[in-house]
Amino acid sequence: MTPYIGKPINRVDGVAKVTGKAKYAAEYKAADLAHGWVISSSIAKGKVTRIDAEAALQLPGVIQVFSHENRPSLAWFDMSYKDQDAPPGSPFRPLRDATVKYSGQPVALVVAETLELARYAASLIRIEYEEEEHETALEHNLHRAREPKSGVATLLKPPPPKPRGDFEKDFRAAAVQVSGTYVHSAEHHNPMEMFATTVVYEKNNKLTIYDKTQGAPNSQLYVSQVFGIPFKDVRVISPYVGGGFGAGLRPQYQLFLAVLAARELKRSIRVSLTRQQMFTFGHRPACVQQVSLGASAEGKLEAIRHDAVGETSQFEDYTEIVVNWAGMLYPAQNVTLTYNLVPLDVYTPIDMRAPGGVTGLSALECAIDELAYKAGLDPVEFRLKNYTERDMNEDLPYSSKELRECFRQGAERFGWANRTPEPRSMRNGHTLVGWGMATGIWESMHMPARAEAVLTVNGKLRVSSATADIGTGTYTIMTQIAADTLGMPIEDVIFRLGDTDMPLAPIQGGSWTAATVGSAVKVACEDLGKKLFKMAQKMKQSPFADVKLDEIVFENAHIRLKADPSVAVSLLDIVGTNGGRAVSETSTSLPNMLEQRKYARAVHSAVFVEVEVDEDFGTVRVTRAVTAVAGGRILNPKTARSQIIGGMVWGISKGLEEESVMDHQFGRFMNHSLAEYHVPVNADIQDLDVIFVEETDTIVNPLGVKGLGEIGIVGMPAAIANAVFHATGKRIRSLPITLDKLL
Amino acid sequence: MNSFSYARPSDISMAVGELVTHEGAKFIAGGTNLLDLMKENVEQPNRLVDINRLELSAIEDIEDGGLRLGALLTNADTAYHPVVESRYPLLSRAILAGASAQLRNMATNGGNLFQRTRCYYFYDLATPCNKREPGSGCGALNGYNRIHAILGTSDQQPETTCIATHPSDLCVALSALDAVVRVTGPKGERTIPFADFHRLPGDEPWRDNTIQSGELVTAIDLPAKGFSDYYAYIKIRDRQSYAFALVSVAVGLEIEDNRITDARIALGGVAHKPWRKPEAEAMLVGQMLSEANFLSVAEALLAGAKGYGHNTFKIELAKRAIVRALKQAAKLEPAS
Ligand SMILES: Cc1cc2nc3c(=O)[nH]c(=O)nc-3n(C[C@H](O)[C@H](O)[C@H](O)COP(=O)(O)OP(=O)(O)OC[C@H]3O[C@@H](n4cnc5c(N)ncnc54)[C@H](O)[C@@H]3O)c2cc1C
Ligand code: SF4
Repeated sequence: MTPYIGKPINRVDGVAKVTGKAKYAAEYKAADLAHGWVISSSIAKGKVTRIDAEAALQLPGVIQVFSHENRPSLAWFDMSYKDQDAPPGSPFRPLRDATVKYSGQPVALVVAETLELARYAASLIRIEYEEEEHETALEHNLHRAREPKSGVATLLKPPPPKPRGDFEKDFRAAAVQVSGTYVHSAEHHNPMEMFATTVVYEKNNKLTIYDKTQGAPNSQLYVSQVFGIPFKDVRVISPYVGGGFGAGLRPQYQLFLAVLAARELKRSIRVSLTRQQMFTFGHRPACVQQVSLGASAEGKLEAIRHDAVGETSQFEDYTEIVVNWAGMLYPAQNVTLTYNLVPLDVYTPIDMRAPGGVTGLSALECAIDELAYKAGLDPVEFRLKNYTERDMNEDLPYSSKELRECFRQGAERFGWANRTPEPRSMRNGHTLVGWGMATGIWESMHMPARAEAVLTVNGKLRVSSATADIGTGTYTIMTQIAADTLGMPIEDVIFRLGDTDMPLAPIQGGSWTAATVGSAVKVACEDLGKKLFKMAQKMKQSPFADVKLDEIVFENAHIRLKADPSVAVSLLDIVGTNGGRAVSETSTSLPNMLEQRKYARAVHSAVFVEVEVDEDFGTVRVTRAVTAVAGGRILNPKTARSQIIGGMVWGISKGLEEESVMDHQFGRFMNHSLAEYHVPVNADIQDLDVIFVEETDTIVNPLGVKGLGEIGIVGMPAAIANAVFHATGKRIRSLPITLDKLL
Repeated sequence: MNSFSYARPSDISMAVGELVTHEGAKFIAGGTNLLDLMKENVEQPNRLVDINRLELSAIEDIEDGGLRLGALLTNADTAYHPVVESRYPLLSRAILAGASAQLRNMATNGGNLFQRTRCYYFYDLATPCNKREPGSGCGALNGYNRIHAILGTSDQQPETTCIATHPSDLCVALSALDAVVRVTGPKGERTIPFADFHRLPGDEPWRDNTIQSGELVTAIDLPAKGFSDYYAYIKIRDRQSYAFALVSVAVGLEIEDNRITDARIALGGVAHKPWRKPEAEAMLVGQMLSEANFLSVAEALLAGAKGYGHNTFKIELAKRAIVRALKQAAKLEPAS
């Protein structure tokens, strides 16, 4: 029985967040706190030739200006600068030398007694550069595309599979063909909370670091390696994250700068970035894709070619999975998928919600729509005709796949049957109405993780794991899992996270936290239960002396006999026999690789969108959208729905509004503020509907859950582009679809 | 942000006096533009003269049937004022098409006139900008100029080139209404017709308007004619709210027996100031309400328009917006 799992429990951290009790990295105080202000390079490539900090240093209260000129010597080898998410290459080292590798690179840190002073001092510092020619335009450098280097990170991001069949031959012979080039520029995550680090310099020279990160252990690893500090002397704490979306998967440069300054000055330091500086590190890479599809006259998809070229920095080979999805979604026999990189004078890209997935599907699912039109088939019908129960890349069956049901229920809720297929056929005055749809897919991953479960002397259950909650609802669902596993009322359960003193968990990304940490929490609570049961058996006149574990249940803070529920011992009484000490258990959950590798594991979705396009002005509004998700077991329909809605909103953003515009004259992103970097406002968001389709999966992980973090966004941009085609008859292959593209 | 001193005068002459005695001082009203500019070091006033204590928030009838809007009246209080709503609905609509509710609650009418361009380069000290740093060049000319001007630009001399727009919505309506700006300065009071308040970049792109140093805007006068029967404000932007106009159009018409007797058309988002062309407006007088007539006026208004790459689409967009706004104002179709 599960009184909590599957219920729409309110966020356990909700009140703390909306009342300001939840503290973020830049809000922690220390008695001796000094403030850092980062100075960013104004050129994209070259050298710093002179730093004139005299005027700044003369201001009373300015403590120091750090730059490559006075940086202490630190770890030598690249290896030490590699965090858990570092792609192959040589990680960027802030203030390492005079070289400037990208526009916005931190070139100095001003430290002063107050934030205002540091900021003012920074404006007085004159920096001279020697500029070199930079290359930042992906589309002008496609001839330089090459294969990505491989490394540890490639384990999670496999390169495209080898070609199957003969694409060229089959495509040429295909009765119906489509071919197109798809582009989008870079995007920046722009979580509401700015990247910030507060380093508290403790009396014993230890560091307590409050960092904005999607994995406290990752920051700890980085600081320990780079600064040569033993793990035990670096504690990283990050209980709340004001949005991450992938930006926090790697330590950002303010962490390095804050630790550097704290150690040099032997005092506590805070460094917080500005909104403009939020555009000076990882981003979703610009990408150019070419998709060619061939089908038989009856609409059987036979040939697929998907080539993608992404940008990366000159120092690391960031990759994402852009092209593999075609082989997972469609059963074509002749498939060629390629993925290459062009190094440019930009910072290394970093995963951004549904990295690669939303990129690849935005092109592929648009091409599929075009092909369906050419084949004279309804887009849903076309997809049903080309349905696969197997991942053709790996030639493995899916552990579960209720995508058919997503199509059916989504189409029904949306009213798809009333669609007239002809473009421009659904008009209302100046308004062209369009209906479009797309498929979504994202891999369901499961990683090893640890958790600790403690029954306190007053009978409360305290569970912890060093994972993060970037707004996804981790706190809440872990509390539900713990409460159900040990049969506790939810008010008596507290789940904590984001502290390197807690058992290790991987960085929060890839939609794997619910499965990964959820499984660890479950195991830890089960193990604690076993321990408590053994203790119960040893109690005086224990009713369980001769009872086996499978004959009892944990229910309402008691252990009960299944056969006779009136026979029970309370957990409080059990812990009471432990000599005034709490009872605890720390456990590890490992994926069942032997079983899992026999299957492909993925979450699927079907997305239906209605747009209204002003035929004179080209303005597009998404008036209605339905996403039907096959996501395994839904732990909490409320947080789950929020995840999907958030993804859909971001899909609207990516489809219609969002892009970081680089001026190649300067090699610099120019719209670096939230006034000009457009994401949807309330008025842009109309009617969004989410359906969770029943899906049972016993393979994917012990909980049967599939992550929901990315699936909400992946299909949205393509569905919007397809709806825009239906409305206007125009195929727009460049995102976002701004009005000028439709004039 | 630099360090600055702060004063809060209680009357107009003290406020003006502050600016006379402190070179580098600036007035601050709602602060919604000035503070952003200070944070980015685009403006570095050494003294802020807070004018919020001055009694300039009134809204009152004036002779000739017009209406006086206090300079410190907020954009929100102006837009929702019943008299403005009924007699100058065009103004109401234009204001409410701008910014966000939160900003409109802080932003003042006086401040709105002075808001600076949203040109990306103007805001970024790492790039050249003649408006911010005279003679340094114009980053936008060959750069990302999606939001930039297509009319009345200055693009011949590198050191005076500027293709920035004035981003206001309110001012587009004030321009159409032939408002008058009242100022008090060291030399006393004067009035400035709205058409002369903002200027084109010419060879001094760093000057946005014709205000003299130390002058304080005290009020904006609206003439009696409010075009409350036939008006339209259309704003086209990259999202439904909280975005500046790519193109906006304010139209006021007077119509008798299906013929136009007076016409005002002002464009926003296309030039360094709200764009009017009285000759084009005159073309409509005496004409029937027809799409063909509207289209020729649109062509006339856009005559000489020039695109710079990213913003070239604005030329066609502006024409379509003008035609639509004229049709809406003439009630040939419903307001959007
Ligand atoms: C994100 C964002 C979006 C926006 N979107 C829009 C939009 O869509 N449409 C639109 O029209 N506006 C928009 N605005 C601009 C907003 O309307 C202006 O910032 C506001 O009107 C300025 O008024 P304020 O009182 O805050 O001026 P302040 O910031 O206080 O002052 C601005 C300037 O005016 C001067 N000044 C102020 N009052 C007087 C006076 N009485 N006499 C002389 N000088 C004076 C100040 O010295 C200063 O130089 C937006 C602003 C932001 C930040
Ligand atoms: S358009 Fe004007 S404001 Fe923009 S960069 Fe050029 S000179 Fe500066």
